[in-house]
Amino acid sequence: MIKVNGEQYAFDGKTVAELLDELGYKRERVAVELDLDIVPKSEYDTTILAEGCSVEVVSFVGGG
Amino acid sequence: MIPAKEEMYAALEERHGAEIQKRFAAASVAVCGLGGLGSNVAIHLARAGIGRLHLIDFDTVDITNLNRQQYFPDQLGEYKSQALKDTLQRLAPYCDITSQTVRLDEENIPKLLEPYDVIAECFDNAEQKAMLVNSVLELFPRKYLVAASGMAGLGSANDIVTRKLGRNFWICGDGSSDVADGMGLISARVAVCAAHQANMILRITAGIYEP
Repeated sequence: MIKVNGEQYAFDGKTVAELLDELGYKRERVAVELDLDIVPKSEYDTTILAEGCSVEVVSFVGGG
Repeated sequence: MIPAKEEMYAALEERHGAEIQKRFAAASVAVCGLGGLGSNVAIHLARAGIGRLHLIDFDTVDITNLNRQQYFPDQLGEYKSQALKDTLQRLAPYCDITSQTVRLDEENIPKLLEPYDVIAECFDNAEQKAMLVNSVLELFPRKYLVAASGMAGLGSANDIVTRKLGRNFWICGDGSSDVADGMGLISARVAVCAAHQANMILRITAGIYEP
């Protein structure tokens, strides 16, 4: 299991890109942190989520 | 006739304490986007006595901005970067204020934001917000980044919070009220969010990192 925004998911072994797709996030509107470090957008397809890791997905909405 | 620099600094010290004021005066902040968020953030920081402010926006003042952005009707058509700089220089004549009329993108961010300790993300477009946040976190992991997301509509002001993510990244807002859902942007709620951003920036400057 891994943690995504504080909740448990069985996404271990999947990539960041797969996680975003499965949870319905739009890539161009998010920032993703893996164990407190930013995941570069260019590495979403190659970054594998390890058992026990913690992911924060920030999804931006418009307005300012 | 305006007060001398020393007189204004002494008044800030009297209100904030000498130690805090020294930290505020030593800080530099780039405010990216000068709309409802950025114009309010910049005013709070200038009043607090932040030493160096850099204002960035590509746009001009439009009549539809006046409901929430810190511009005057006689500034319509002016570049926001210049109009806000003029206002801030009246508020804080001894603050080192610079401004730039440019659209930030992945190409120019490395050079343009490099000189500043703290970056305030104050854009209005969701994709642009994500672009700036990703760029800053990738390029400058040691800088402090304070962003905003979710302040549209007339929802409760109590839903707007500051959260800390990662090591040097904070985000303010309710996280969900999207202007794309037909909610307008209303001065008071946008200003609450901007005040969260400004307060977090001042806390960081003072060495306090909890949200």
